[in-house]
Amino acid sequence: MIGRRGWIGLGTVAALIALWFLLTTITGLVSGARFPSPAEFWLSLTQIWGRGYAGGQLMTHALHSLKLVAMGFAVAIATGIPLGLWMGWNRKAEAAINPVFLVIRPIPPLAWIPLAILWLGLGDGAKILVIWFSAFVPSVINTFAGVRNIDRPMIEAARMLGTPRWRMVREVIAPAASPLIFTGLRLSLQASWTTLVAAELVGALVGVGFVLNMAQQDLYPGMILVGMVTVGLLGWATTALLAMVERRALAWNMAARD
Amino acid sequence: MTNTPLSLRETVAWGLLGTVLFLGLWSGLTMSGLVPRQFLPPPQEVASRFIQLLTSPFAGATLPQHLGSSFMRYAYGVLLAAAIGVPLGLLMGWFRLLDDIVTPIFDGLRFIAPIAWVPFAALWFGTGIGGPVMIIFAGAFPPCLINAYRGARFVEPRLIEAARMLGTGHVRMIIEILLPAAVPSIVAGLRVSAGLGWQSLVGAELIVAAAGVGFMMVQAQGSVQTATVMTGMIAIGIVGMIIDVLLRQGEAWLRRRRGLEA
Repeated sequence: MIGRRGWIGLGTVAALIALWFLLTTITGLVSGARFPSPAEFWLSLTQIWGRGYAGGQLMTHALHSLKLVAMGFAVAIATGIPLGLWMGWNRKAEAAINPVFLVIRPIPPLAWIPLAILWLGLGDGAKILVIWFSAFVPSVINTFAGVRNIDRPMIEAARMLGTPRWRMVREVIAPAASPLIFTGLRLSLQASWTTLVAAELVGALVGVGFVLNMAQQDLYPGMILVGMVTVGLLGWATTALLAMVERRALAWNMAARD
Repeated sequence: MTNTPLSLRETVAWGLLGTVLFLGLWSGLTMSGLVPRQFLPPPQEVASRFIQLLTSPFAGATLPQHLGSSFMRYAYGVLLAAAIGVPLGLLMGWFRLLDDIVTPIFDGLRFIAPIAWVPFAALWFGTGIGGPVMIIFAGAFPPCLINAYRGARFVEPRLIEAARMLGTGHVRMIIEILLPAAVPSIVAGLRVSAGLGWQSLVGAELIVAAAGVGFMMVQAQGSVQTATVMTGMIAIGIVGMIIDVLLRQGEAWLRRRRGLEA
């Protein structure tokens, strides 16, 4: 069942945990002020899980962050994909929007955080705004590239059959571009998490980034580790979910390749 | 239908139209008073603030000085990422055991956003130069490793077989066969790393730093100086673009030299 790779992987994880014990609890080479021992990690986890930390239980913080990422990501998809389709399809639109895009694109999403806080304060609005900015660009670029990479004969055939414009977009262009669109969505999702964590670290009242921020100020390594593990798990779970959606949506494509 | 490429004149005309519309909308919003000037200064105000900051200090330094200290950290972080990531990637591409050991660790860490390392970075290395460098490293490291690994893994098997038949040892194999063959992939990875590192730098400076463009922006945000915040954004964008253009040029030059299609 488990191959050579799997066994070595399991061995590595076991060795790391052993090393963790050895360095912190047993020998004390790494002091608890720098990195938590397994026991301290467990204590922090039970504390935030039950009694709560930084104004809420772990689930409250995690669900709040998840909700913000979902909302920002949804807005980015809803605006980015249509814009990408339009720019890919209409050369005039591309020429008109490109200069503005060229100026905005090199600005890293995280650089929008201070402006978003100025505009909307420390609440949810500012977070959704910066997630939207960060997730928007990869969606647009990849959708655009996806439309441009469509085989011309396919478009011409559809056109010759007199396909009306709306059906053309919905049934020819968007499906043909969808593999690249999903590539863009994966990048967008990653950017969403990075931006959210940064925005919550800069200023927030709830969320996993806020937990990290408080733990940093309290010099509380155990809680920092809990926060990081939570960020990793959330990122992993949402990426897996998107991959599942992709497999469903592109089933026709995989079948066509066989 | 509009699917044929436009002529240069048309492209420029539409581009101008788009730019004018954008700037017009922006100034219109501020002039009309719909949005308070304090929160969205008109374009010309941002431009004049930008020029002013080139010489007069804000938050302890002028804009070029802030950019300078940002760039120092950035260079350290990215170089460190390349110096560790590329050799490790090559070694993983050659030694199966190392690959099997490192990959699960790497996969586990991959989902943690680089910026989430901020608290530990501050705890371990302080907020001066060490902390930010570690965060930049966290952002720039993965592409260095992955691309060197892929480059080494997909070397033409015939080359390896030929070298092995001639009795090439591990060290020479990696330095003289895998490394040269992996260079295009490595350079592409470095370009991605440079971009991600720049992005992480901004994040790091927003949270923990006492100098640099990100720090300048946070200070400006605190005192509601929107024009200064926007100046910082533009400066970051320009430097990021210059880095990207230079690396693209380097990559194209390298590909041409090796007789690959640019």
